[in-house]
Amino acid sequence: MTAAVVEARGIGRVLPGPVPVTLVEGIDLSIGEGEFVAITGPSGSGKSSLLYLLGLLDRPTSGTVILEGRDTAEADAAELAALRLSKLGFVFQFHFLLPEFTVLGNVMIPMRKLGGSPEAELRTRAQALLEDLGLGDQAAKLPSQLSGGQRQRVAIARALANRPRVILADEPTGNLDTKSAQTVFDIFARLARETGTTVITVTHDEGLAAQTSRRVNLVDGRLVTPGVR
Amino acid sequence: MARPLLLDLALTHILGRKRQTIVSVLGVALGVGFFIAMAALMQGFQGYFVDTVINASPHITVRDQFREPAVQPVAAAFRGGAVLLHGLKPRDEIRGIRKAGTIVSALSEWPGLSVAPSLDGPVILRYGSADKSAVAIGIVPEREVRVTQLEDDMVEGHLTDLASAANGIVMGLGLASKLGAKMGDSLNAISPAGVILRVKVVGLFRTGIVSLDEGQAYILLKKAQILQSRANVINQIRIRLMEVDAAREVAARIEALYGYRTESWQEANEGVFGVFRIQNAIMYSTVGAIMIVAAFGIYNIISTVVYEKSRDIAILKSIGLTEADIRRTFLMQGLMIGMIGAVLGWIIGFGLTSLLGSIRFDVGGMVRNDRFFLAWSLSHYWIGGMFSLVASAVAAWIPARRAAAANPVDIIRGAA
Ligand SMILES: Nc1ncnc2c1ncn2[C@@H]1O[C@H](COP(=O)(O)OP(=O)(O)OP(=O)(O)O)[C@@H](O)[C@H]1O
Ligand SMILES: [Mg+2]
Repeated sequence: MTAAVVEARGIGRVLPGPVPVTLVEGIDLSIGEGEFVAITGPSGSGKSSLLYLLGLLDRPTSGTVILEGRDTAEADAAELAALRLSKLGFVFQFHFLLPEFTVLGNVMIPMRKLGGSPEAELRTRAQALLEDLGLGDQAAKLPSQLSGGQRQRVAIARALANRPRVILADEPTGNLDTKSAQTVFDIFARLARETGTTVITVTHDEGLAAQTSRRVNLVDGRLVTPGVR
Repeated sequence: MARPLLLDLALTHILGRKRQTIVSVLGVALGVGFFIAMAALMQGFQGYFVDTVINASPHITVRDQFREPAVQPVAAAFRGGAVLLHGLKPRDEIRGIRKAGTIVSALSEWPGLSVAPSLDGPVILRYGSADKSAVAIGIVPEREVRVTQLEDDMVEGHLTDLASAANGIVMGLGLASKLGAKMGDSLNAISPAGVILRVKVVGLFRTGIVSLDEGQAYILLKKAQILQSRANVINQIRIRLMEVDAAREVAARIEALYGYRTESWQEANEGVFGVFRIQNAIMYSTVGAIMIVAAFGIYNIISTVVYEKSRDIAILKSIGLTEADIRRTFLMQGLMIGMIGAVLGWIIGFGLTSLLGSIRFDVGGMVRNDRFFLAWSLSHYWIGGMFSLVASAVAAWIPARRAAAANPVDIIRGAA
């Protein structure tokens, strides 16, 4: 077994308040390079909450998340942002593309933030990414001119912009028809297989979940499958 | 062309709300424009007034008075005594500066000083049926010309003509026209001492300061001493400085040395400077009020954008933009509005000032003139620009901070 890319050590998340709400608790999970993991469970079981914690978008109230061997417990907000930028990519149920930017412009946003290469080179890379996802001829369009499935693929291209180690997707096919949903999962499977990118996706769809290499089942904020093998 | 990402984001935000942006920019522009025009107007007027005052009057005047009333001999003799005496009649002294000649020649030795003795006193000028009271100032013309700019203000005749005519008098244009007297006319000057002197108009002046033009006349010092029955007395020493701004210190030194009340031009016009301060306060509050309204406009537009774009902000944060990036994006929008507004305001201010400069009218009052005095100063443009940048930065900062602090998880959950 190769070293874990993402590792959760006893993480829990409690929302403070007069009546504290426990989103997830006691999660031990270790996910390696190139794994394609489905997080499943009933509605309200804490799937999204777990994904935000693994993606360093939210902080656990107990335990710690370790990314590529680095403990993130002590990292400040700016360091977490830097890790999200260079190592992680998010895809949500809603595409969240910026409406004023073209398809190409949206894909280039993470690249421009990371910087390091001339604008022209970024443009070429973004275009290649879009070609790869079958969107080569859509680059100059605005998101509003695309179909739902195309938008979600643009969102995936944006998540892949900085060649992340981990893609985190929260019901990425929730708004899509069966065919588009299958396309998205095919992309994920190919990414994991060909580039060693780790893909963690939340899904309700049994058929799609069955195509992944591993399933993690949540009930009431707790893992009911062993998270560490 | 590679624009920085944050600038790109900021531009799409404000270009997405063109009308609101234009209104905000105009608000700032009007504030800056009015400030520039008002500052030019007020500083121009104040500058003109100060120049006129400095030129028309001596920089320092030594008078035959003391700041503290003289101690009466009885009080000096029984200092701290238990007896209180009422109804003491002060000794009736001959007023005037004692040893004036010595003081004048001593002060004349100081570097950078021109000194002129004078005796002023009230007179009634009578010409035909017209009676006008005025202050008759006895001067030594060749000294006086070195102390005031009166010679430059002469519209007819010269100060030195006072000596050439038998009993010459030089008076303000306003006074002459009230009397109905012209050059060469003879009139009677009557003093409180009861002396009547027949004088002849040998010159007319116009300083622009109405109170002087309508209330002052000059005669030779010797004649003034006769008129007031105060032989060899002078009651003022008038001084002009090379360094105008040193007047306060020099006056204080003279007063410390000789004891006589010595007034600098600043002290003499204290009241006017108070009025100027009030004027400036009114100007800054007016402009401040306009800027506050403009700042509210900026606050409003940026708050709206922050609210509308909360999803974009959330996704940008999930991508890896920092809180500082988000804050900067919105701060930039405020600063862009402020900067464009400032530049537009400069143009408006320049236009307004030029417009004011082209207006002609005729007003009396403290000074008489036919146009606005305008001070063209780059500093007004800088101050106006700074005003607008600070106002827009503050107005943008508040919603920008809110945007930066928003938790992306809450927004992403809510948007699903
Ligand atoms: N801000 C909040 N305040 C109160 N309860 C919350 C809040 N956010 C989440 N929860 C609760 O926490 C639990 C876990 O939520 P989470 O969104 O992680 O579940 P989920 O498994 O993703 O559900 P779904 O399948 O419906 O997306 C749910 O019961 C939810 O109601
Ligand atoms: Mg969910």
